[in-house]
Amino acid sequence: MRGWERRHAAQRWWGEGPRAGSVMSAEPPLGMLAELTHRCPLHCPYCSNPLELIAKHNELTTAEWLSVLTQARELGVLQVHLSGGEPLARHDLPELVSHANGLGCYVNLVTSGLGLTESRMTDLAERGLAHVQLSVQGASQQTANLIAGTRAHEHKIAAAELVRAAGLPLSVNVVLHRANHDELADIIALAERMGADRLELANTQYYGWALRNRDALMPTREQLDAAEPIVRAATERVRGHMEIVYVINDYHEAYPKPCMHGWGARQFTLAPNGDVLPCPAATAITTLELDNVRDTPLAEIWYDSASFNAFRGEDWMQEPCRSCELRGKDFGGCRCQAFLLTGDAAATDPVCGKSPQRQLVDDILAADGGEPAFAMRGPVERAR
Amino acid sequence: MLRRGVRLSYDKTRGAHVLLFPEGVLVPNSTAVAVLELCIGKLTVAEIALALRERYDGVREQDVADIVNRLADRRVLEFR
Repeated sequence: MRGWERRHAAQRWWGEGPRAGSVMSAEPPLGMLAELTHRCPLHCPYCSNPLELIAKHNELTTAEWLSVLTQARELGVLQVHLSGGEPLARHDLPELVSHANGLGCYVNLVTSGLGLTESRMTDLAERGLAHVQLSVQGASQQTANLIAGTRAHEHKIAAAELVRAAGLPLSVNVVLHRANHDELADIIALAERMGADRLELANTQYYGWALRNRDALMPTREQLDAAEPIVRAATERVRGHMEIVYVINDYHEAYPKPCMHGWGARQFTLAPNGDVLPCPAATAITTLELDNVRDTPLAEIWYDSASFNAFRGEDWMQEPCRSCELRGKDFGGCRCQAFLLTGDAAATDPVCGKSPQRQLVDDILAADGGEPAFAMRGPVERAR
Repeated sequence: MLRRGVRLSYDKTRGAHVLLFPEGVLVPNSTAVAVLELCIGKLTVAEIALALRERYDGVREQDVADIVNRLADRRVLEFR
């Protein structure tokens, strides 16, 4: 056996993530976001599900999901995020948790908390569930229920208790927007009372329902300015027992986000009907032809499909991305956002200060959208 | 100790140990794995270094402390 020091010197500390290179060579994916269903008891106007929801009769069967999980693990997936809609709406959830855990995956449940009972929580924990991510809509019952479009708030407080009683780590996720930004300090206090290990405060990103409601959701400049010192002080105060992650919307940034760490690089999303998406919002790109696990093996879709190769590496890039020194860091930003705002999915993400189309974003920020009413996310019963 | 919610396991697809936790996946090198495998009980850094010396040459306590601190910074380990 080689000596300690030699090993230490010869090997990198952390494995590097996949690199964006001009040669197309995909690495195995690390994570899968499994949208088990689009059914959900909540109607949040910023829902990340597509405007065209998938109906129950088009959802993958239990056998199909079990096969997807097996294929995903063989492909290299280590993290499985069971999401939706509300994943608790699927009665086979315990079976899927057992299977994913048995395969060696880290299983995360992304839930609204509605439908979580003590017996279901205990059962899921015994089956190997590793982590629960609970959404919270606001600090006050009134705001939270208004955003959720139903009486959800008290269920969330109860759900957090169940997660803690089961001994699982808890992340609280809050999407921030104009209607709840002023409650930020109270939201942080609520997450502390819930016993969260981690609090993610993410300003709304405008895709799907959130894009449709952008004028009503966009926080004011004053709200954003007020938020920063609150977050900074709280982060210091709770250090050691709760981690706070605060994400601002990229419209306000000078450079785009490194969306998905590159297209088809680390993670993919399974829609309830088996469509495989390179990004959770990818159905927005209407020019993208998606493949489905009912017709094609997952590995073939990951490595060979037109959709996953469309924006892999750098060959697809236009100027100013093509010659930009940041292209290996931000991968040109978000393809879905480029398509939604410019109509061209291969354009530089227009939030980038170097984009010739940045004016589109500045105009949106400068516009006074007024106080329009929310278009609440519809029920799945009306879906195809 | 490994923080609650963190798992160390072996991935056959990549032929490497992996650290799985809520925020993501890390692929620690073999040195870090050797340390992590000893972060199960309530061993001190000195005790971990002592245990490692039975398997490796040239283990310095400071190196072990550096690794433990870096893993704690990444919220993989916590001190108890």
